[in-house]
Order: sequence, then structure tokens, then C-alpha cells
Amino acid sequence: MNEFEAIPDHGLSWLEASGEHADVVLSTRVRLARNLQGHAFGLRARVNDREAVLRQFKDSTERSTVLKGGTLLEMSSMADRTRHILLERRLVTKDLLGEEGSEPAHGTAVHFSRVDPVSVMVNEEDHLRVQSLLSGLRIQEAWRIVDRLDEDLGRELPFAYHNDFGYLTSCPTNVGSGLRASVFMHLPGLVLTKEIGKALRGLGELGLTFRGLYGEGSEVVGNFFQVSNQTTLGRTEEDLVDHLDRIVRKVIEDELHARQILLRDARGVTEDKIWRAYGLLRYARALSFEELMNLLSGVRLGASLKLLPGLRVYTLNKMMIFTQPAHLGQAAGRDLSSTEGDAHRAAYVRRILATEGDVKADDTSSDGDAPSQQP
Amino acid sequence: MADMVCDNCGSTDAVVHLTQIVNNQMSTHHLCERCAAEKGLESAPQMANLPLIDVIAQMTEEAPLDAATAGAECSFCGLTFGGFRETGRLGCPQCYEAFAGHLPQILRRIHGSVEHVGKVYLPPDPTASEMENRLEGLRRGLNRAVQSEDFERAAEIRDEIRNLEPA
Repeated sequence: MNEFEAIPDHGLSWLEASGEHADVVLSTRVRLARNLQGHAFGLRARVNDREAVLRQFKDSTERSTVLKGGTLLEMSSMADRTRHILLERRLVTKDLLGEEGSEPAHGTAVHFSRVDPVSVMVNEEDHLRVQSLLSGLRIQEAWRIVDRLDEDLGRELPFAYHNDFGYLTSCPTNVGSGLRASVFMHLPGLVLTKEIGKALRGLGELGLTFRGLYGEGSEVVGNFFQVSNQTTLGRTEEDLVDHLDRIVRKVIEDELHARQILLRDARGVTEDKIWRAYGLLRYARALSFEELMNLLSGVRLGASLKLLPGLRVYTLNKMMIFTQPAHLGQAAGRDLSSTEGDAHRAAYVRRILATEGDVKADDTSSDGDAPSQQP
Repeated sequence: MADMVCDNCGSTDAVVHLTQIVNNQMSTHHLCERCAAEKGLESAPQMANLPLIDVIAQMTEEAPLDAATAGAECSFCGLTFGGFRETGRLGCPQCYEAFAGHLPQILRRIHGSVEHVGKVYLPPDPTASEMENRLEGLRRGLNRAVQSEDFERAAEIRDEIRNLEPA
């Protein structure tokens, strides 16, 4: 695990639940897509293109105040499990790792800054993807961080840029600013009050798009949604970022309102759902990742509504990351079968809830307005 | 996931799972795509915007490509317009010139615009006109910052303009 020692906070600072509205917004990501002149883009890049891109990028890091002294990890020289841990921590994309079961393409790499929460993926779909991943709702801050690094890199590297179309990208959906800002949100209130469809349709009309965190079916798992800007051309970066921020704040307001309606009109059912979820997590002996995510949704709602006193959002965030297959395999020191994984996942969850998430049911009475369910 | 039966029509391809609370009663419904749509619900992927490849396909259906257009080729990377249509990905920066006749239409459909108005890139060894473009971009940014009363940002941009402007 030496690789992770070299990354600030092991690449986990976005879990700390420190940003604004951290109970509703898990994380904010802003990325810029950049390409170098004279080389084919990702899909059509040959080995020598990728090597040249990586070489030019490496040279530029020495002269960048943001990247100097940072950590460069080349995908092809890492163990498969380590690469997947990066993926599970959302520090690299599936595309960077290449096809499941085959080795990553030559020249694919990620570089972490030592001074800012920012990294650069090299030889993904675009030559460079500059990205910042922060805890909570911090869109403008993430934009300023990637902008600063982009200025550093632009002084050193010949970016592919067009006077009319702006920064050129492999996919025309990214051209122009190359900017994609996205916010990872937990919206159980809107789902349970049936308002989610309307909310999501509204996003589409406002030039935003969303993705769920999908399980094996097409079902959205755990009421988690990723909201991002749909277009990248024809608006300034500040405009794109401010627009997303404004709309996300409105969605948060609607979500919090929906939660109050749940408490007002269906308090009994809501509390029961939350405590059942907590009970299952606390004592289950096998949990699939999908089941875990759905239970975590209930418990997260409970923590946010202060129905599960003392349970920290940070603990719940950790439970999402450390229960994924590569993390469980790392902890066990070997690859686990799916059945073993379910058992290890449940064991991890029981352990972490016992040490830092031990909620006593009696504590709810300190709420004052909690129903008297105790005998 | 095992096939789920649609609560409404009984088909075995329920893909929309709805949990709702009405009058303090929680219930879960499983619906197929069609019944969900009839009830005004859609599964999330359907509601997401059309992927790019579909956008291009739809456009070329409206105005079919002639052989010359489909065969148009980028002289740098060799990608044909037909190849672009299949993958939705361009091959290299030159492709933007090679397919300049068709891209604006596609970009307009995707972004509602064909013109970049954001950051102006200043390459490592800029020409006079690249320098002027950058300055113009910065002045636009300065105006926006002042208008939105972001004076900290305005001061930063002013410094940058001073650094670039010929003495």
C-alpha cells in the first residue's frame, strides 16, 4: 500500500463530511478535459502518442508549483487490486483502467498534487483530465483549484485549442470549456415523497443532467444521484459553475422540505424504516453492496434528521468506500468470493458501528418530540 | 437480479421500483418500462439525456449522409466521418478542421451554441494575436467579475492583465 502513503490523506479527504450540506451532498467534483496538439486522442492514440503525452506531462510537473513534489502513479506498474482501490476511492475512472481483466493501456497514469486536493489523469479519453474532488458542496472552490492548475499546465504544454470551439476534446460533448462539475447527492426525501421525478425532469430543462448510482438492474441504489452540467460550450466556466451551484442549492432546499414532510405526515413509518436499517447494519452477518447502500440510505437520513443521535456522516461515508470489493480484499489480504465478500462487508459494518456508531435507542427520547415507543 | 413481475400488467420485466409513503403506509411497486411511463414515472436511465451517438444518428437520419460526407477523412489520424458517427468520438485535434462542415450543426444540437466564450488559452510561446485574444478574454472576465461584485477575482484578473500588457 506504499502508493497510498504518498497520496495526501490517502485520497480520502473527500469523505470527511466537512463541506457545506455534507449530510445531503457527499462530494463535489470539477474536472477539465485538456488535450495536447499533435497527438491522437485516447481511443485512437498509439503507444508512442501515449508515451509522448506522459513524457510531456511529467516534464511540466517539475515546473508547476501545484504538481511539483507530488505523486505520479502509472497504472501499468501497479497491482490490479491497488488500481481498483483508486477506482473505489473515485480517484481514477474505469476508462483509465481499461477493459476488465486486461492490463491498463501503456502510459495511463494519475498524478496527485501535494499542495492542493487536485489530480491529473493522463491518457484517459482525453490526454489530461484535471480534477478536484472535495467533501460537501464546494463547487466554486473546486473550480478555482482546477483553474489554478490548468494555468500552470497551460504555460508549459501546447494544448489543443480552437478560436471558435475552445479547448478541443475527444468527445464533442466536452468541447469548449472542457468543464464538468458534478455533485454527488443523497435525496431520500424526494424519492420517498415521490417528488424525485419532477425534480430530475426539472434539472434536464435547466441544462443539467443526472446519473444514479446504479446497481445490477437499472434501479437507482441508495437514493444517491450525481448532478452535473450537461453542456460545456457557449457559457463561461464561472457561469456553468454558478448555475450548477444555484440549482443544487434549490434541490437541497426541496430535499430538506421533503424530509420535514416525511416527519410531519409519516413520522412513525420513517422512524421505523431508519431504525430497521440501523438494526440490520448493526447485526447482519452478510450484506451485498447493493443492500448495504440501500440500508445506508435509511441510516444516513436518520443521522441527518438527528433520529440516530451521535452517528456521524463521516462514519457512513467510510462505510460506502471500505466495503467495496478491492478494499475488502486488501483488508483480508486476498481476493474474496462474492459470498465471502458479503460476510466480510457485514463484519466491517458491525465493527465500525460498534466502535464509532453505537447508537442507543433510548437516546431518541432526549429529542423531546420523539414518539414514546419505549415500553 | 432475477426477473421481476410488473405489478400492473404482469410482464416479467419490471425495471422501475417505486417506494412510496401514503397516509403513513409504505409500499413498494414494481413496474415495467411501459406501465411506468403510463403512470408518468420513468426509470432513471430513460430520463437521462440522449447519448451523443443517438443524437448524431438522429441527425443523419433526418438528412442522410452522402457517400462523400460519410467517407470524409481526417488527414492527420485517418478517422472518417462515418467512423466518428459510430463511436461519437473524434480522433485528434485536426478532426475539428476535417469535419468543420458538419460539426457546428452537431455542436449546436448538443450545446445550443457553437462558440466558446470561456477561458482563452495562452500557449507557451504566444503570437501577438494569441496574446491579444487572451487579453480580450481577461477583459471580458474582469467586466463579469466587477458586475457580479466579485472584487477579489477582479483584482486577480487586473494583475494578470497588467502582467501581459506590453509596457
